[in-house]
Amino acid sequence: MSAPELQVQENLQRVGEVILSVQGVSLSFGGVKALQDVSFDVREREVRAIIGPNGAGKSSMLNVLNGVYHPQRGRIALREHVFSGMNPRRAAELGIARTFQNIALFRGMSVLDNLMTGRNLKMRASFLQHAIWLGAARREELEHRRAVEEIIEFLEIPHIRRTPVGKLPYGLQKRVELGRALAAEPSILLLDEPMAGMNLEEKQDMCRFILDVNDHFGTTLVLIEHDMGVVMDISDRVVVLDYGRKIADGTPAEVRANQAVIDAYLGVSH
Amino acid sequence: MAEHAPHSDARDTFPKLLMHHAQVRGERPAIREKDLGIWQTWTWKALADEVRALACGLAADGFKRGDHFAIVGANRPRIYAAMAAVQCLGGIPVPLYQDAPAAEMVFPLRNAEISHALAEDQEQVDKLLEILPQCPSLRHVYFDDPRGLRNYAQAALSSYDNLLERGRESLRRDPAFLETEIAKGRGSDTAGMFFTSGTTGVPKGVVHTYDSLIIPARTAAELERLGEGDVVLAYLPPAWIGQNIFSCAQAYVTGYCIGCPESADTVMNDMREIGPTYYFAPPRILENLLTTVSIRMEDASRAKRWLYRRFMAIAEHVGGAILDGKPVGLLDRALYALGDLIVYGPLRNVLGMSRVRIGYTAGEAIGPDLFRFYRSIGINLKQLYGSTETAVFVCVQPDGQVKADTAGPAVPGVELKFTAERELLVRSPGLFKEYYRNAEATLEAKDAEGWFHTGDAGYFDPDGHLKVIDRVKDVGKLADGTLFAPKYLENKLKFFPYVREAVCFGDGRDRVCAFINFDIEAVGSWAEKRNMPYSGYTDLASRDEVYELVRECIERVNADLAADPELANSQIHRFLILHKELDADDGELTRTRKVRRRFIAEKYGPLVEALYTGRDMAHVEAQVKYEDGRSGVYAADLKIRSAKTFPAAAAARAA
Repeated sequence: MSAPELQVQENLQRVGEVILSVQGVSLSFGGVKALQDVSFDVREREVRAIIGPNGAGKSSMLNVLNGVYHPQRGRIALREHVFSGMNPRRAAELGIARTFQNIALFRGMSVLDNLMTGRNLKMRASFLQHAIWLGAARREELEHRRAVEEIIEFLEIPHIRRTPVGKLPYGLQKRVELGRALAAEPSILLLDEPMAGMNLEEKQDMCRFILDVNDHFGTTLVLIEHDMGVVMDISDRVVVLDYGRKIADGTPAEVRANQAVIDAYLGVSH
Repeated sequence: MAEHAPHSDARDTFPKLLMHHAQVRGERPAIREKDLGIWQTWTWKALADEVRALACGLAADGFKRGDHFAIVGANRPRIYAAMAAVQCLGGIPVPLYQDAPAAEMVFPLRNAEISHALAEDQEQVDKLLEILPQCPSLRHVYFDDPRGLRNYAQAALSSYDNLLERGRESLRRDPAFLETEIAKGRGSDTAGMFFTSGTTGVPKGVVHTYDSLIIPARTAAELERLGEGDVVLAYLPPAWIGQNIFSCAQAYVTGYCIGCPESADTVMNDMREIGPTYYFAPPRILENLLTTVSIRMEDASRAKRWLYRRFMAIAEHVGGAILDGKPVGLLDRALYALGDLIVYGPLRNVLGMSRVRIGYTAGEAIGPDLFRFYRSIGINLKQLYGSTETAVFVCVQPDGQVKADTAGPAVPGVELKFTAERELLVRSPGLFKEYYRNAEATLEAKDAEGWFHTGDAGYFDPDGHLKVIDRVKDVGKLADGTLFAPKYLENKLKFFPYVREAVCFGDGRDRVCAFINFDIEAVGSWAEKRNMPYSGYTDLASRDEVYELVRECIERVNADLAADPELANSQIHRFLILHKELDADDGELTRTRKVRRRFIAEKYGPLVEALYTGRDMAHVEAQVKYEDGRSGVYAADLKIRSAKTFPAAAAARAA
């Protein structure tokens, strides 16, 4: 009966070492300076939020992490790898998965098939083997299907397993997108406004799933969010951006008390 | 097909039956569960093995003969394995409703001094932990699904897997222990306890013995020739006695297989896959299924819609008669066979009822059209009457004697009689032993001669079928002394899609009058089809056309009532359509949408008087509460109309 005590210890040490660090990243599009000298780090198994008013550079930051944008200056260190520019495929191979602000699923495909696409990088058998449904490919597909079914159960969507994604309500599509990202078994999951456009109940559901993902799979989560209430409730640490600059970084309580953050959100008379 | 185990005393408890099945049909399926998208089978042998280990684990955790064990969760093989394990040790499983809030679980836990509990998942664990301080007897809480529970450090908490593991070990060490424990069980031991919601006062724990569950379960199984080949889908809460009868008692008696759906949202799909042969659904679910079908039909192509209409007309005409084995003309038979091939068969398949041999419905009044729909497409849907205290089976309609408005004759072994107030009394081997630790309530419900007072009012129809009309406390008398059963009349009205709510008055009066709320969606679309512009409910409520529509419904009810000698005097003479929809926020309905007749009669006193004074207009001024909490006064003039009544044909003949 020593198991429970062990678990408590593990909980205390849930958040581990720095896994990802962003060092002095600057990104501009022509004359628009999207990010200016932004540095922060993400620790293993933590829920890290990036917040800021509209146009603060949140999505740009996520796109830099994910390798969609290449910063002009600065570097990103992921465990022992150091990059000045990442590309999305390499990011995925290194265990970074993401969801999108505007849902990017295959609308005509079923939930199950959409999640299976998330396993793409894990498929080892050759195209030919898959085409003729050879032993290895068959075994592999069964294994992937099992992994996907576990995610379906985890996200409580078995009732829509066979439903084309396009027919689903928005909140469920968001959940499916989370599922597809999870299917890649990422070590870091980037969520771009996971609660945007949701009603209160959908937001609560999504919060629960985010916390469950973090708890159950030990996934490190980096999320961008508009909804301050949500962020403050579920994040371990928060980075605040404004006009491309980092203006605050710390626990939700620290950030909430920060005068620069209050000014950025409520506006300040100049 | 059906194999009936001899009624030997050796198999008088569930654990003994379980071990028997593990021996004689060890490789046959006992429970199927859809897990990760695939149906997994637990054979009787596998189930028995799991139960043995689990029981030993519980014994190691200090669970003793006579202890109570709470079970909170949906239908899962592990829930049922735990129930059986508890019973092996001579303990008493107490299933609780999984959707009950934590506060409502306090009473059962304290009442039965529950020491051990099994919770399905984090949600249920949270509830039990929340009330832990109020329930000092609760020492062990086991959980099935570990998701989200990894960081819980409460000492009382441990996983089902852990319990099973420890049980396996102690079973290895002392395999004889459990056999002795199982052998100690007797048919007269308590098999389970079911809490009834108790609309007034505290809930009551209904105690059933193995005998009181097994005997009715066996009688009904023999009546319906259930056997090991039958399949049931367990989708209603395990805390409800009916689900317990269908997925424990009758499964143990016959050795049939139960299927557990993947989740509450997938029931429809799972049912199609598992293909139950024996099915129960309350009228509400049957109605939802029909609505789904109707909506899909409206979206179908023109040709399909035509086929559906055409063949449903044939089914309505002869389907029921064919199912009842009554003579039907050759042409009609051929047409029905064709319809079966292209419409009814596929429809049954969509409903997941292709293999349903026996379907039951009960719990509330079922609309005759709804009931006939299922029977007309070849599904043997029947009604039954029962309650928690009677282990469900009191009346069942035998094949060939099915009617839309009765619950059928008494099941063999069940005695029925009525008091002078028309209250139904039941005496049967299925009667509960007592209300747990509530001798007063037990005495009130079960008299010295063993008659159980159901609280339901009814009578036998000419064929000896039970007809339940209302709760006794709501039944009144008209001025001439004849029966007045408002809920029965209101239900009859509500079977019409146009009528949403009805409130009937008549107790102590010379005739029956009614308030009507029409269904704004049904009447709204009716109005749209006739190009009748309207602004909302209140507007429609004042239209003569709508009064005509409602009058037709009432007159059809009246014609129906006239044919029944007991109720012919209850025909509705005058009615009005209320200016607003009855609302729980205004206190006119309960939260479960039952009309609060007395409150309404008081609130709208002048309207009731106007119904009886013969005026054709009435003025109403009433307080309305808006959703934002403000209140205002609404005034309107309502029309009152008369409906045609019919001479009581049958009554005249009888007199």
